[in-house]
Amino acid sequence: MSRKYHVTTTVNGDEYEYLCEPQQTLLDALRDALMLTGTKEGCATGDCGACTVMVDDTMICSCLMLAVEADGKKIETIEGMAQGEELHPLQRNFLELNGSQCGICTPGILIAARALLDRNPDPTETEVRYWLAGNLCRCTGYDKIIRSVLAAGKEMRGA
Amino acid sequence: MNSLRYEAPSSLGDAIALLAGASGTSRILAGGTDIIVQMETDLIEPDLLIDIKKIPELRGIAIENGAFKVGAGVTGMELTDHEAFCKAWPGVVDGVKLIGSMQIKGRATMGGNLCNASPAADSVPALIAARAIARIAGSNGTRDVPVENIPIGPGKTSLDKGEIIVSFLFPSRPAHSGDAYLRMTPRTEMDIAVVGVGVNITLDAGGICTAARVSLGAVAPTPLLVAEAGAALMGSRLDAPALDKLAQAAGAACRPIDDKRGTKEYRVKVAEVLAKRTALLALERARQNT
Repeated sequence: MSRKYHVTTTVNGDEYEYLCEPQQTLLDALRDALMLTGTKEGCATGDCGACTVMVDDTMICSCLMLAVEADGKKIETIEGMAQGEELHPLQRNFLELNGSQCGICTPGILIAARALLDRNPDPTETEVRYWLAGNLCRCTGYDKIIRSVLAAGKEMRGA
Repeated sequence: MNSLRYEAPSSLGDAIALLAGASGTSRILAGGTDIIVQMETDLIEPDLLIDIKKIPELRGIAIENGAFKVGAGVTGMELTDHEAFCKAWPGVVDGVKLIGSMQIKGRATMGGNLCNASPAADSVPALIAARAIARIAGSNGTRDVPVENIPIGPGKTSLDKGEIIVSFLFPSRPAHSGDAYLRMTPRTEMDIAVVGVGVNITLDAGGICTAARVSLGAVAPTPLLVAEAGAALMGSRLDAPALDKLAQAAGAACRPIDDKRGTKEYRVKVAEVLAKRTALLALERARQNT
């Protein structure tokens, strides 16, 4: 039995503490210890992007980071995207333009898309497609996702 | 499941002491994009994980005497966001940009890409072409080793058990130098190289090639430094005869396997074609770099 590690971290602006075993992933800790189940497990090998979160302003796959590594880090998950009842423009455009179907890829795609728009408020369609290459969707055929991101970007620019 | 211990030392000396004092299987944890998958799928069951991301020497990008030093634990995103490095070594950046998705690049490191020792590692041919040196620390001190001497087979490196790659040292960059890395994959993103080619050249003021290094990935058990391919470009303007000689030398150096990504014959042919294309991209960059 491995020893347990005590981790203090900030998730969506709130301080959390948890105990984890060294082989547990950040995804495990978010879902099972903190009950933040908006972040999804898809492949668990870093291929599908369903578990995408921000760690210290960098987007990563939470299945490929150990829970113990999160000590002292700033984490942002899908639960922090809406402001109370008010949806983020990305969320609203995904709803309006059917960018989400079964929904399992959606939290990861929203986090990734927000990271893109933070860096590049006016991406081309090609830039959106390359940026989201690490987020797999088996429902939409991607087109509606790309349109939703572009529409949200346009709205956020006030264009 | 055996008992796993995690340590995140804040100094290089502590990390080396941990490695030296460890019994059982120790692994270095950098970006974790290979090792965590290997642990999840029970390919490896380490007793000790040493997270090197809190060690200052492994984290920074610095210029010393006009030459870049990049910490082995610098992430792909940190490197590809570094304007001066991107300007000096666009070919190395080409390779790093092809390592997985944006999420993967948020964690993955060149040190990890090299030590994972995949024959298809995307950053390694460009590092070899760049004449990059790996600075390695261990309990017997520090040694500098050309990157091409680190991988010795699939998943195997020439590092001793207690050693850590600390940084990559790049040579200073003369005017009219350019590098490039291209890879062939069936799809444009999120795939593993069928062939990868790194080319690094320097021209004189008249446009004649005075230095050339060519490295091939995914066509042998390790990435290859192909001296004959570099020699084919020397003294030329990278005109058609020189590029034909380059292609021939690149094809002749391949010792590929057949697998689901490509047959031996296909890989050799692609290496010939891709070597030319990569050289022309390096040439274009060298001409712009005054």
